[in-house]
Amino acid sequence: MERLLEVNDLRVNFKVRGGTVQAVRGVNFHINKGEAVAIVGESGCGKSVTAQTLMRLIPSPPAMTSGSIMFKGQEILSKTAKEMENIRGKEMGMIFQDPMTSLNPTLTIGRQITEGLIKHQNMSASAARARAIEMLSLVGIPNPAARFNQYPHEFSGGMRQRGMIAIALACNPSLLIADEPTTALDVTIQAQILRVMKDLQERMGTSIILITHDLGVVADICDRVIVMYAGKVVESGTKWEIFKNPKHPYTKGLLRSVPRLDQRKDEPLIPIFGTPPDLIKPPAGCSFCARCDEAMRVCIDNDPELLPVDGNESHTSACWMAHPYAKPAKQEVSV
Amino acid sequence: MKEQTLTPSDFEKLSQDEKQGEIVVRESISAWKDAWLRLKTNRMAMISLWILAFIILVTIFGQLIATHDYRTQDLQSTNMAPSSDHWFGTDSLGRDMFSRTWMGSGISLQVGIYAALVDLVVGVIMGGIMGYFGGKVDEVLNRFCEILYSIPSLLVVILLIVVMEPSMFTIIVALSITGWINMAWIVRGQIMQLKNQEYVLAARSLGAGPSRILLKHLIPNAMGPIIVTITMTVPNAIFAEAFLSFLGLGVQSPAASLGTLINDAIKAMTVYPWRMLFPATLISLTMLCFNIFGDGLRDALDPKMKK
Amino acid sequence: MSEPLVKVNNLRKFFNLGGGNILKAVNEIDFSIAKGETVGVVGESGCGKSTAGRTILRLYEPTSGSVTFNGEDIYKLKGAKLKQMRRDMQMIFQDPYASLNPRMTITDVIGEALDIHGLAASRAERKRRVEDLLDLVGLNPDHATRYPHEFSGGQRQRIGIARALAVDPKFIIADEPISALDVSIQAQVVNLMQDLQRKMGLTYLFIAHDLSMVKHISDRVAVMYLGKIVELAESSELYGSPAHPYTRALLSANPIPDPEIEATRERIVLTGDLPSPINPPSGCQFHTRCPMATDKCKTVEPKLVEVKKGHYASCHYASV
Repeated sequence: MERLLEVNDLRVNFKVRGGTVQAVRGVNFHINKGEAVAIVGESGCGKSVTAQTLMRLIPSPPAMTSGSIMFKGQEILSKTAKEMENIRGKEMGMIFQDPMTSLNPTLTIGRQITEGLIKHQNMSASAARARAIEMLSLVGIPNPAARFNQYPHEFSGGMRQRGMIAIALACNPSLLIADEPTTALDVTIQAQILRVMKDLQERMGTSIILITHDLGVVADICDRVIVMYAGKVVESGTKWEIFKNPKHPYTKGLLRSVPRLDQRKDEPLIPIFGTPPDLIKPPAGCSFCARCDEAMRVCIDNDPELLPVDGNESHTSACWMAHPYAKPAKQEVSV
Repeated sequence: MKEQTLTPSDFEKLSQDEKQGEIVVRESISAWKDAWLRLKTNRMAMISLWILAFIILVTIFGQLIATHDYRTQDLQSTNMAPSSDHWFGTDSLGRDMFSRTWMGSGISLQVGIYAALVDLVVGVIMGGIMGYFGGKVDEVLNRFCEILYSIPSLLVVILLIVVMEPSMFTIIVALSITGWINMAWIVRGQIMQLKNQEYVLAARSLGAGPSRILLKHLIPNAMGPIIVTITMTVPNAIFAEAFLSFLGLGVQSPAASLGTLINDAIKAMTVYPWRMLFPATLISLTMLCFNIFGDGLRDALDPKMKK
Repeated sequence: MSEPLVKVNNLRKFFNLGGGNILKAVNEIDFSIAKGETVGVVGESGCGKSTAGRTILRLYEPTSGSVTFNGEDIYKLKGAKLKQMRRDMQMIFQDPYASLNPRMTITDVIGEALDIHGLAASRAERKRRVEDLLDLVGLNPDHATRYPHEFSGGQRQRIGIARALAVDPKFIIADEPISALDVSIQAQVVNLMQDLQRKMGLTYLFIAHDLSMVKHISDRVAVMYLGKIVELAESSELYGSPAHPYTRALLSANPIPDPEIEATRERIVLTGDLPSPINPPSGCQFHTRCPMATDKCKTVEPKLVEVKKGHYASCHYASV
């Protein structure tokens, strides 16, 4: 499969009073063409910082970035601000969590869609308008011609997020980065938006990076899953591998701690104890060690590498349990 | 490669104690200390603070180190230039300008501080009541404030001074009549924002009454804007006092404020410029420092700047 | 079932927005909660579930209707009896960042509850009680002198729970207590709440939009839509055989973290947005989004009726 994006040893640090927060600590992953990949993790795990760094949206300073982001064979991190402007919107689109604040309240929705078209694709105003109306109907906004001239405050939350998707996809970018796109929405609206994203991905062949903490959303629309914890990738694989055969104790813990509608009531939830580490002073060894049921002596000072699971290149996990010296766990906990 | 140094004993399971438990790494700091740390990094604000501290110290102890009393007239040595005897020179009645300048600074600062205190007390109480109770109470009080605010304040001040004796007390009263309204509005806005916070609801669901909620929850959290408003009120009051004194409505001789000193000096400005120089420099410096410090304080206390 | 501890009768809470606009946040809700029971309330934002919770706790005065606690109408209470009610009924809030006063130390946040009701005779006793409470909710008592911003979301929610427990309540309304928390922390807090319920015999009203968590913790679940309860049943009954089309849509929209189930199940995707509670639709309020609406639904409002023993739904075509 053709690689669209390849991230190598990405590190992002922020200087704050009292030290440096190591938000992203050496992240490697790739995205293939036409693929939907989820980055899951809890707040502070570095998933949003990673996503924003892909588009160079984090001003530096305060951020200090190193590593490499190859997008269509070009190094994103060495682009000038001017060059990035041509990539954003045209090659990569982004939608954010809060549709209230990510739209400009003083411009009509139509204007906000056509802006990119006129800038990036040199469209005439009338052609851009036709394309914008087409986009609005593609994302399921009823009566798009009338909606074209309306302002964001005339749209409901779900409608705004559809509008954001229309803006992000108007120039037919090859990559759509969606940062918690449905977190602020109700479940019935979330279902609508996810359906729109899935339809558009199939229709336009766009690759999607979905940043989320909701494992249910992941199971619904993604092909592959990258699990992040404390600024690192701890496990990655196809959604079947991750949900059906999780290897990292953190992934297992995450899956166990969500109740499921088909679960019996008297089955207690199994939480992950403790809280994630402070990334001003990240642990020397495995960052999950302090919360891990399987923690071994080696985990304290040695950080495990992300290695293929059972020789399978598509499924990788960073855990010392995979080491031949590690005793096999007494029983495999079913998830 | 680390691989080679690992032995099977490294793969023994850890007990709960051996894993590093929950560690709170960052040191414990209150919101006030946090603001102070941020203020400390603001060079201009800190310089202003030091200058203000110096001015206040000299104002308090100036009379002790001065070579002459501020009232003693010496008609033999009028309008003298600064010398080792009279550090800032003398005025048209031969009174020591060093002594008079710091005397004036004292009066000016007192006017500023007392006016700010009255604003604080009246403004916070009125604003707190308007903001917390809202509804009809708010409507009536707010209308009252608007009416008071719409009367030209200078007119009120001048009228009042004409009716009462011109003195420091009169000036403070005159400045306070309308001065607190600003503070009340700022507090009202803050309280209205804060009173729907969940911690206030939590206190209400515990059975806390209005006074506890205002004093323990609302006002402490509105303290930032209140303090900033005060630091801005002080120089405004000093300025207003100087202006009134300049019009001849200020404190009466032999007492002096910086405003009256400048007023006296202006008549002979071209001949004896030093009589103007010292009080004018002092008042400008005081105002500038208060404003820069207030600005710095606002940045330090502004929650929006917080990470 | 034993005598209900809390009974909500025909409760309504309207907000006058001015200009003739009336927001009918809670519109004639009726239900009761037995002692030791957990009742869940689910619905989308704007359905009135939080307003209902706050009105039941008398943080808002109702427009009409009554709430009885232990047989007494709480809206008629005054003075000492009102104060006692404030001890009996407590609340856990949604936002762990906004629900603790940032200017108070943890000792004072929890201690305030003791101060108001005079539950600690001396400073030493107050300190001891605060430490006991922190221990009870799984926090290190040594951290009592710290400020809220030094704790993580999950830890703050534990502090909020300790504050509620300080006055020894019998009934706790939890208003979306976990929706602001990370997945791995949510289970910690829910388990803590269940432990405390067993230990102290607490009764809960658990408000949330997360269907799977509500099902997990609740004995019975009420589904709200535009200020009304549209379905109320035992939780396994509600999830197993939902009678109202809105409940069915909610359940089907809830993504399940299992690709196998996701790949095969059929989704009911509702069209359109939630109508405004200021000007709700006529007849059945759900008819604008309902896949099975008929002309009757547009004009005749369905009543909440028992469709099966203990299972109530308000739909003309309720099926079980």
